[in-house]
Amino acid sequence: MPDHPLILTQRMEDYPADSHRLERYEATGGYSSLRSALESIEPEEIVGQVKESNIQGRGGAAFPTGVKWGFLASTTPRYLIVNGDESEPGTFKDRQLLERDPHQLIEGIVISSYALGVNRAFIYIRGEFPKSARRVQRAIEEAYTAGYLGKDILGSGLDVDITVHLGAGAYICGEETALLNSLEGKRGEPRIKPPFPAVAGLYARPTIVNNVETVSNIPWILRRGGDSYAAIGDQSSPGTRMFSLSGHINLPGNYEIAMGITWRELIYEIGGGIPDGKELKCWIPGGASAPWFVPAEHIDTLVTKDDVARNGSMLGSGAVVVMDETTNVVAVAHRIVKFFAHESCGQCTPCREGTTWLERVLGRILNGHGRAMDLDMLLDISDNISPGLRWPPAMTTICPLGPSAVSPVVAIMKYFREEVEAMTSVRGDR
Amino acid sequence: MTEKVEAVSVTIDGTARQVAPSTLLIKAAEDTGTYIPRFCWHPRMRPVGMCRMCLVEVETPRGRLLTTSCTTLVSDGMVVETESEVVKKAQEGVLEFLLINHPLDCPVCDKGGECPLQDQTMAYGPGESRFVEEKRHFEKPIPISDLVLLDRERCILCARCTRFSDEISGDPLIEFKERGTQTQVLTFPDEPFASYFSGNTVEICPVGALTAKPYRFRARPWDLQAVESVSMVDSFGSKVSVQTSQNEVLRINGVDNDSTNQGWLSDKDRFIFQAVNSEHRLKLPLIKKEGEFREATWSEALDLVAERLGAVRGDKVAGLGGAHSTNEEAFAFGKFLRTVVATPHLDARLGDAPEAHFLAAVVPRARVSDLESAKTILLWSGDLKEELPVLYLRVRRSVCELGATLVVVHPRRTGLDDVASHVIRYRPGEGPNALRKLSSSAVGDGDYVAARAALNEGPVVAIVGQTGLGEDPRLAEAVAAFARDLPEATLLPVARRANIFGALDMGLAPDLLPGRVSTSNEAERAGIEQIWGPLPMDTGRDATAILEGLRDRELEALVMIGSDPVRDHPNPSLAVDALTAAEFIVALDLFTSDSVSYADVVLPVAGFSETEGTVTNLEGRVQKVNRIVPGPGQSRATWSVLGDLSRRMGGELGATSAEAVMREIAVLAPAYRGISWDLLDWGEGREGIVVPGLEGNQPLQYIPVDPGLQSKAGRYALHLGRVLYDDGVLTRMSPSLGALAPSARVYMHPRDADELTLSAGTALRVTSRYGSVTLPVAIDPSLARGTVYVPANLVETAALGADTSVALEKPNG
Repeated sequence: MPDHPLILTQRMEDYPADSHRLERYEATGGYSSLRSALESIEPEEIVGQVKESNIQGRGGAAFPTGVKWGFLASTTPRYLIVNGDESEPGTFKDRQLLERDPHQLIEGIVISSYALGVNRAFIYIRGEFPKSARRVQRAIEEAYTAGYLGKDILGSGLDVDITVHLGAGAYICGEETALLNSLEGKRGEPRIKPPFPAVAGLYARPTIVNNVETVSNIPWILRRGGDSYAAIGDQSSPGTRMFSLSGHINLPGNYEIAMGITWRELIYEIGGGIPDGKELKCWIPGGASAPWFVPAEHIDTLVTKDDVARNGSMLGSGAVVVMDETTNVVAVAHRIVKFFAHESCGQCTPCREGTTWLERVLGRILNGHGRAMDLDMLLDISDNISPGLRWPPAMTTICPLGPSAVSPVVAIMKYFREEVEAMTSVRGDR
Repeated sequence: MTEKVEAVSVTIDGTARQVAPSTLLIKAAEDTGTYIPRFCWHPRMRPVGMCRMCLVEVETPRGRLLTTSCTTLVSDGMVVETESEVVKKAQEGVLEFLLINHPLDCPVCDKGGECPLQDQTMAYGPGESRFVEEKRHFEKPIPISDLVLLDRERCILCARCTRFSDEISGDPLIEFKERGTQTQVLTFPDEPFASYFSGNTVEICPVGALTAKPYRFRARPWDLQAVESVSMVDSFGSKVSVQTSQNEVLRINGVDNDSTNQGWLSDKDRFIFQAVNSEHRLKLPLIKKEGEFREATWSEALDLVAERLGAVRGDKVAGLGGAHSTNEEAFAFGKFLRTVVATPHLDARLGDAPEAHFLAAVVPRARVSDLESAKTILLWSGDLKEELPVLYLRVRRSVCELGATLVVVHPRRTGLDDVASHVIRYRPGEGPNALRKLSSSAVGDGDYVAARAALNEGPVVAIVGQTGLGEDPRLAEAVAAFARDLPEATLLPVARRANIFGALDMGLAPDLLPGRVSTSNEAERAGIEQIWGPLPMDTGRDATAILEGLRDRELEALVMIGSDPVRDHPNPSLAVDALTAAEFIVALDLFTSDSVSYADVVLPVAGFSETEGTVTNLEGRVQKVNRIVPGPGQSRATWSVLGDLSRRMGGELGATSAEAVMREIAVLAPAYRGISWDLLDWGEGREGIVVPGLEGNQPLQYIPVDPGLQSKAGRYALHLGRVLYDDGVLTRMSPSLGALAPSARVYMHPRDADELTLSAGTALRVTSRYGSVTLPVAIDPSLARGTVYVPANLVETAALGADTSVALEKPNG
């Protein structure tokens, strides 16, 4: 048993058969936070609790949610959007929260809407998640019938409506401004910031975009208080969070853990270690965009926002992809770059052209047609997308998608350059 | 002092610059001498920051950050590096990325030599390519409209074309498709890029991805000679660059200027040069013998004209035309008619425009630039998109970009209805009713009350002209009388024909003398007579009365200059009868038009780009048109032909050159005093000089009549509206444009069609008091019930004439 509460997943652990139904949700304390909020808590106080909890956005950027809420412009109407376009390779936590505890999310949305002065919320769900969308839609219907949504919620005078929108298969629509364009019916292309969505978002109105997991935490924070949340786990990034473990690992799956353990504990204890007794070669600590970690340097560093940042990567969306000693890292880098090239929206030149170029050079190396000069060229192409190859990345692009494609290239050159060189000399030095 | 805009201080590459606040960094840098390379940014469109070429480094609390200068506003104290190592590497990187999939087919690309990608690669790019993979391939080039072809391999996806058609022209028929490296510009399935403004996308394309058929593979940019001029397609006066090679006009591009077109052109402005180059241009004088034209020498032809005109009493002769001429030519024509022939019967209009005194002299007259500051715009005229397309762009900008409120009054949907806040429909012939309802805010239905309320927000610009060709042209004057009393109102009278305003200013109307002087103004008249000698005292006839006079044999001879009443007068059968009955017709023209074929003598004259002079646009802006090619064959300048003719008739025009004519205009025409070619060519008149309006409020003479006084040929109201591509001679002589004329239809409301059991495509006989035409039905829900719309000036619809009501019946039914 972990030494922290399961804020998000206790209900689905205890009642796997019907944690997504309203009766079960109500029977396990659901909507009590909403009821007490509407009865006796002022919106400003809720914002204060969220600030005090120091919860940080779980979509990847880890921006403090309370601070983001504080930026919301005062003009009306304003909107709340829940980002459920979970598409980062290796990430599958939001899907579980959507499918197995949709009411927790809905309660979070209504409380947040009340706190933010919002009457219309949207849940943008990845198009490839039809089951999630069905479950959420059914839960919304239940909530309307029970008076948790719609006009005059629980007799408080509060009106909140939720609209579910399904994406159409573009990773980039998980980027909040591309999501806004998509929701408006336009091409899913990131906008130039500023203006930020909190000032001019959906239909140019003030808009808060929060991740599914972030909003799902709100009922607990309100019930137990922001201070209780802030006391859990690592002080720089408190609370529990969902990690999606995948790859060469014995116990793949989603885990709700408090931050502050080491990577060794995460991979070998929680994840059960590497199958067939093989050695760990490297892992991606926070989704396909994140720079990689290797055991020699990172296995005993901490799974906290600050420690990971100090080591030049990020926890991102909580996706941990583990690779064993047999892994062809060039093939992995190629596959990840191919993903980003395929998902590039196409508006910025460096991303549109650069990611595809990287993909093709890596593909050529994999096919045995690599040249010695390709290694430095790959790094230089990467440098033209993300100057300096730093972390967090500098960008020649509008959004971080292009620089994301650079991460695996830099990783294999940094940790496995000899392997890449070996592949380029298969046919002799040309 | 309150007007003074505070400047902000920005340090660019180590030097401090004072620039206006809220300026984009890329613009501020350029204005102060630092050019930042760019592809997607265009000063007339919203920035998108897509190509990433204009990256610069800006100091921030978090250190120097790379940012696009086209999306960054300057702020006080900003420190910017445009040439740091980081910036240079980023820009070189962007260029390399742009080039990896670019075909590099510069030697066969029309853009080569004037290509921003080529130029910037030379200036900022890497020396050679490191890209050894196969380039991206698309089928190329593909036609995306009748005029424009698209090569997606050359395209660098800057979105200038797609933004232009969305933001500026309002017909978003091209869009990005696919994503990532497969991103491409395309039309929608089965919807070609049929925009009146498509040529602008070709002009602003920073590579050779978009090309226009009339110019493809015709020239290399370094072989072209260019001269600035003014488009003579309509009365808007768009500034153009006329580009030639080997004495042939090969291309017309827009010239950016704040005053008029802001760089944009209609496709008609752009491709009309094909008519100038047409092989059908007249090259020799023609004399009709036994019904056949035969070629003649200039002496023969001029002698014959002088003899025949000299044999007729002056006031039995009339003159039509001048609206396609320069001011100098129009002035010479007026002087010839009034002093040498001695006739008061002359008109540059053709029964299709508001009153001459109204068009020429209404005050307070708006400038096009007033649209930039207008709060409310009243549009009660023809459909601007069809008649004055670049003015349509300016109004659209005013509404969409600058937030003006637009009120449209028109019998059917216009190109601007989409962006209008208030739309009022009325049945042709019932305009006075609509005006009464609009002007008395207390009565009328909700539409009128709301529109009236909007019009109470000034400054108001009222664009006023004839809505449909059958309607009483004097209605415009009544609308102007109403609009003039709106808050801070200015009036922009509109008529389409190229230099109609200049021609009227030169006195080519029965009630006007040169310089916006009424023939009844004794003092001014006396001043002109001192120089010209006595003027005819009789009241002159306007175009319709001239045609009626010829038909009824009250007039005997006709002089036409670039005039085609058979095609352009709203009542073609009257024109045919008149020209058939005339004893003698001499035509100065570029082509043997339908009307010219009735002439006894035809004199070939120089046209656009072959003649130098001035033109005056609808706001009264006098601009210079220039000569860059000789006219074909023995064609001559109109002013010199008229000079020769005058001498043969015992008179003297005193014109030794077109510039000498301008000097006389500047002396004689009060509104044009002080204007000279020098001033327009080299001085403060580079963007034209707006001639002053007259002092004081002119009386507006028309009193609205009750509907019902006009004809009643049937129970359906008829709206005869112009279309951009009609069967006018210039369009027909431009192969690219002639093909675009729409096929004629009779448009009706779906419920009217149901009532008559008609559906789209069914043949329907439409009868006015002048004649009948049979046309297929088209459904148009934007029409008021009981109204049918027929496009004017198409061969198939001509017989209808200018009427406001028609009877409908199924043929043989």
